[in-house]
Amino acid sequence: MARRTMRLNGRDIGSALLTALWFAFLALPFLAVKINPVEQTVTWRWHAIIYVALAAFLLSLGGSLYRQYRKAHLARKSQNDLSSEQSLFGRLWATRKIRLSLLAALTAAAITFPLLFSTYQTNIMITALIYVMLGLGLNIVVGVAGLLDLGYVAFYAVGAYSYALLNLHFGIGFWSALPISALLAAFFGVILGFPVLRLRGDYLAIVTLGFGEIIRLILENWNAFSKGPSGIANIPRPGFFGLDLTLEGAIIYLYYLMLGLVLFTVFVVNRLQNSRIGRAWFALREDEIACQAMGIDKTRTKLTAFALGATWAGMAGVIFAAKTTFVNPASFTFLESAIILCIVVLGGMGSIIGVVLAALLLILLPEYLRPLADYRMLAFGAVLVAMMVFRPQGLVSRVRRTYVPAGKNIPDE
Amino acid sequence: MNRQEGQSTSDRPVLEVMNLTMDFGGIRALDGFCLRLRQGEIAALIGPNGAGKTTFFNCLTGMYLPTRGELQLFRPDGATRRLNGLRPDKITEQGLARTFQNIRLFPRMTVLENVMIGRHCRTRAGVLGAILRGPAARREEKDTVRISSRILEKIGLAGQLNEFAGNLPYGAQRRLEIARALATEPLILLLDEPAAGMNPQETRELDELICRLRDEGLTILLIEHDMKLVMSLSDHIFVMDYGRKIAEGTPAEVRRNPEVIKAYLGEEESFGPA
Amino acid sequence: MDYFIELFFSGLTRGSIYALIALGYTMVYGIIGLINFAHGEIYMIGAFTALAAATILSFFSLPLPALLFLSLAAAVIWASAYGYTIEKLAYRPLRHAPRLSPLISAIGMSIFLQNYVLLAQTPDFLPFPALIPEFAFLAPYAGVIGSSDLVILLTTAVIMALLSLFIKFTRTGKAMRATAQDRTMAMLVGISVNRVISATFVVGSALAAVGGLLIASHIGQINCFIGFIAGIKAFTAAVLGGIGSIPGAVLGGFILGLTESFATGYVSSDYEDVFAFSLLVLILIFRPAGLLGKAAPEKV
Repeated sequence: MARRTMRLNGRDIGSALLTALWFAFLALPFLAVKINPVEQTVTWRWHAIIYVALAAFLLSLGGSLYRQYRKAHLARKSQNDLSSEQSLFGRLWATRKIRLSLLAALTAAAITFPLLFSTYQTNIMITALIYVMLGLGLNIVVGVAGLLDLGYVAFYAVGAYSYALLNLHFGIGFWSALPISALLAAFFGVILGFPVLRLRGDYLAIVTLGFGEIIRLILENWNAFSKGPSGIANIPRPGFFGLDLTLEGAIIYLYYLMLGLVLFTVFVVNRLQNSRIGRAWFALREDEIACQAMGIDKTRTKLTAFALGATWAGMAGVIFAAKTTFVNPASFTFLESAIILCIVVLGGMGSIIGVVLAALLLILLPEYLRPLADYRMLAFGAVLVAMMVFRPQGLVSRVRRTYVPAGKNIPDE
Repeated sequence: MNRQEGQSTSDRPVLEVMNLTMDFGGIRALDGFCLRLRQGEIAALIGPNGAGKTTFFNCLTGMYLPTRGELQLFRPDGATRRLNGLRPDKITEQGLARTFQNIRLFPRMTVLENVMIGRHCRTRAGVLGAILRGPAARREEKDTVRISSRILEKIGLAGQLNEFAGNLPYGAQRRLEIARALATEPLILLLDEPAAGMNPQETRELDELICRLRDEGLTILLIEHDMKLVMSLSDHIFVMDYGRKIAEGTPAEVRRNPEVIKAYLGEEESFGPA
Repeated sequence: MDYFIELFFSGLTRGSIYALIALGYTMVYGIIGLINFAHGEIYMIGAFTALAAATILSFFSLPLPALLFLSLAAAVIWASAYGYTIEKLAYRPLRHAPRLSPLISAIGMSIFLQNYVLLAQTPDFLPFPALIPEFAFLAPYAGVIGSSDLVILLTTAVIMALLSLFIKFTRTGKAMRATAQDRTMAMLVGISVNRVISATFVVGSALAAVGGLLIASHIGQINCFIGFIAGIKAFTAAVLGGIGSIPGAVLGGFILGLTESFATGYVSSDYEDVFAFSLLVLILIFRPAGLLGKAAPEKV
């Protein structure tokens, strides 16, 4: 088929100019004016407006080109062909050989990481791995079962505070706290989930957000219980068979521990997704009423997803507490939930490899591109919107599982 | 055209609906509706739009909670089950499976996965089974795949096993819904306008499929507007209007019934000689 | 007794603001079934624009009422412009997407706007000038009701009345009601649904901007995070009254404002936000249709 050339006509340019003007107008009171509260004066920053207008102009032109491209593209492929949404990466990933070699390379890089890089870098990597775990946990709830949980951070807090408090009051160590906190978080998941899971999707989102904030506010204000905003310090790092580790040793140890836990998480989540329960979750995301008509117990299936998701958050919380040796309520704000949600959405709902990549990308990128760090949350917000508008299936869409039925007639693919 | 002979309808009832009433606020959608299905028959529920046919399905399958009435299922083992107030999933477990008027497949799951969902209530594996994948869980999973693909073969979709359900043509989607319902091992299959939007060729195939299912011993109740299909297919017809049953009987009886003709005024031509 | 009345009026003042913001939620929800998570940010944008306008205008030594009206106009214009743009960029492309997609987009928009203002201006609190004049005749009751309380109450009442008239009698208002009832039908009878939805966002944003200016002037400071909490609370108010119902939003706003005022006054101020969140959770669980809303059975 001949490649159609794309060109911009006068109308495109005109509308781009209008867009530029409009955004310049929008930005006026915020970017052009800087209010100085002390002296009651303003500083004018006209150059900022020009940048905004320029960016809007170029983006608008880009948008026109993109629409033309889409039109040509869609003409070639039938519009509702869902399989065409598989990304290049997804297709590569589906090839066994490529997948195995990629995994091998990744494993090698992960294992040698703390030996090659400084403690500081290792520490950052631990944080990233914690987010991988959180992302995978939330992925069960949001990505797989389609329950938009905006209060996921509450379970993270439950995990972190259970370890901190259990250690403070009863001297319980990391290894005992890990399963206890996981169970506690799951328990909280069930308790919170039970009344709210019959709500419609968007109401569920808001109620979970409310729960998340309530838990944080309780931690902040109930001084006798949680020591309030000042938090709990001196939480021990995990012990290594009773040996006293140096700080550096402890961090490297924590890194490998976390790596192991992430692999464990991937293993478990993968098996869950490809099981009877996992299928029921996916189906629930697609159509609740049809699910019920097919004999799926809606509440129970949702609760399982909610509790299992919470379990990972609980474990991640324990590791977070052990890593920073300090917890306070400020670590568990709504923004944290939003970051984890962003990881799931960017990675691709229900795609394990996508979530892992997105977590590493979103956490490591701002760490290494320091000048960008300030713009982190701004970018997260933009990413959420852009993903929904342009690529709702995420970076890596879930690889469709294919079956070859045992028996005489094998369908040709 | 008439297939009355050579059928295996026994007189044993499988479903008894007594005095079913459903109110929505002030509107009475079902008004003392009664119905009895016999084992192995194809029954049709007809009536003008808004007569309460789909509402009846929704009450029967637990989607709506009826205001009054009695729903009883007679299982082949002789047990009697009251269906009133059971959740939809429990009713499916008891042996009633349905399709939907406006197709409700899981569009982003494959054809096979859609049918495998139907196996959910007949399988057991839980979270631990999924994670540990022990011999029992593995066997169950294998059986699920085997049984599901066999159903798809029967329904004529074996070639599209790994296709996304949303990508299937319309007629195939309707058939997939039936396949999915069959996977729940129902005693009674409830079809809500299975031929809606189908071309004559697809309708013929559907006709054959439904007869085949009946011959295998399934009891089928369908809502349908295609009178030719209803008249040729059904052993027994219930006619509804304004939430009540206004007539019932064999196709020939119903066709002659003056009440029915009145309710269908303006649609007589569909009752022409079949 | 004075304390009670003081709490009562402060509750009404809070309630008015919640009602003003809640109207935006409820109107948008009524028309496209979306929880416009970024609506709280629109309120914040309105307050910031008012601050910028007031600061600039204060160089011209205008009389206070002129300052108030010009700042209000600026707040309303820019907030409406933002509301319009957000709908067009983040929600319109998703009109036929699964239900959760526009909600996630809205959350993204909210985070984006919050951080946009944070980066463009400052994360700190900024003092907000008192734009509402002090009335001499209220001086004897200063401990009970301030002049800004009175202005807020009156403004809210007037706006509610105007909005009801607008919805009831104007062409756009009628088109809005028609679209809320049945979008497809509205489209078939020739209503430009896109324009109606845009109008809804513009009106809702304008109301939020009025609320933003009034409360900022009342409290005397703003920062870029005020939209989040105010948004959640106004949403609570909307749900409490029955989301989609305009009188419901007003009723919900007042109930929430009074509850908060009395709860913080008589119980504890530490848990101020917990009351609102708990109320939200409880309503959604036990009466998701709200006080004045109708429960719609799910269509099978």
